[in-house]
Amino acid sequence: MNSSIGFGGLAVSLLLVLVAVAISMTRRLGLERSIVWACGRALVQLLAVGAALDLVIDPKRPLVWSWLWVVAMIGFAAVTTARRAAEVPGALGLSLLAYVVASGIALAVILGFGVFPTNGRTIVPLAGMIVGNSLSATVLVGRRIVAEFADKRLEIEARLALGLSNAAAAAPYLRDAVRTALIPQIETTKATGIVFLPGAMVGLILAGVEPLDAVKVQAAVMFLILGSVATTTSVIAVGLSQRLFTADGRVVRVSRTT
Amino acid sequence: MTARPLFSIEHAGLELDGVTVLAGIDAEIAAHRIVVIAGASGSGKSSLLRLCNRLEALTSGTIRLDGDDIGSLDVRALRRRVGMVFQRPTPFPGTVRENLVVADPGLDDDGASTLLTSVGLDASFLERDALTLSGGEAQRMCTARSLATRPEVVLMDEPTSSLDDDHARGLEELARQLVGDGVSIVWVTHDRAQIERIADDVIRLEHGRVVAP
Repeated sequence: MNSSIGFGGLAVSLLLVLVAVAISMTRRLGLERSIVWACGRALVQLLAVGAALDLVIDPKRPLVWSWLWVVAMIGFAAVTTARRAAEVPGALGLSLLAYVVASGIALAVILGFGVFPTNGRTIVPLAGMIVGNSLSATVLVGRRIVAEFADKRLEIEARLALGLSNAAAAAPYLRDAVRTALIPQIETTKATGIVFLPGAMVGLILAGVEPLDAVKVQAAVMFLILGSVATTTSVIAVGLSQRLFTADGRVVRVSRTT
Repeated sequence: MTARPLFSIEHAGLELDGVTVLAGIDAEIAAHRIVVIAGASGSGKSSLLRLCNRLEALTSGTIRLDGDDIGSLDVRALRRRVGMVFQRPTPFPGTVRENLVVADPGLDDDGASTLLTSVGLDASFLERDALTLSGGEAQRMCTARSLATRPEVVLMDEPTSSLDDDHARGLEELARQLVGDGVSIVWVTHDRAQIERIADDVIRLEHGRVVAP
């Protein structure tokens, strides 16, 4: 099978965008401009990323370029997460720590044990999977914890007033926040292969890889993502909750911004 | 005041977000009495109460408990000596028994029943979902929960403000009964009739300062 499509094929696929535009027009949804803008922007972004990736993952280039790409991804994700928990002092440092720890552990396991070879073609996409999937979960857990501390301040203070430690007073709210952030990933993992075929696996099969080999790669990637999401959400949850107490057991005043 | 001071408050001041909430508070709170901190809304009475178990931190001055600067005490040990009942009931998710066990993980059935009886609830409440209790029942359960740490004093921050008259009177009687059992009570209210009914001593605040009762 020819695994690449030309620009002609790409143009043909845009016909499907026209279907969406037509539905928007006939149903008077007013989304035509948004749909065209979103698709155009995505295409430009993907082409730019593709060109940059071409340079970075070129086997002749030193691996340092791939690692720099990973650093940039982590920095972007950390800033995004920290913005969503802007009320919390030190949220940026904490987000950076979470992504560095999760990426470090996941890449060390997956590359260190030789599941995938260490080169630009594996480092950048794998780190992208880790950071990208962790991003939504960490934003969710961060928002949830800030909201819990704003809404249930009295309940948390009631626990502190019983002589509980900061960690014990925060535990029920952390548990709920981490569960909320992790459940979608767990459900996705459970439904894999039944409800949907994951993108990486579909991509490999379309590229001509044997289905069983594609499954093995997909399973490794899926476990990598689950482990990373669990790691980042836990680091963010514990770290944020520590920053929402003073050392002498008082709750820091936070207000919901959303 | 003839009884020994439980709390000695010396030149206490509190600022929150750059706003002076309390300034130059000097007062003594006697043991084994119901001491009412009275004042209009915004006078700083709840803040003064929260300073006594360090849910707020003094900006200036000192508060002593039995002669010891509370700032030098382990905060968790202090809070187990100084219980608190909040303005609104604060039941935790779970059963009444689970609420009591949060305060005392070693609490057995007899201990839990005794605690409930002491606040006017019977043992059948132990398996009730704490979040489904009425306002009066929930506030009594919260009082029982704070008593589970065997405190020397209970701070009660307008505990009857969300209760009807019958439940409010019941809680007042409970406070008197606790004093009889050797527990000191510091009770915050702005309700003049309630002050008349329950106060052994009154500390009156206006605009963050102590004024003559």
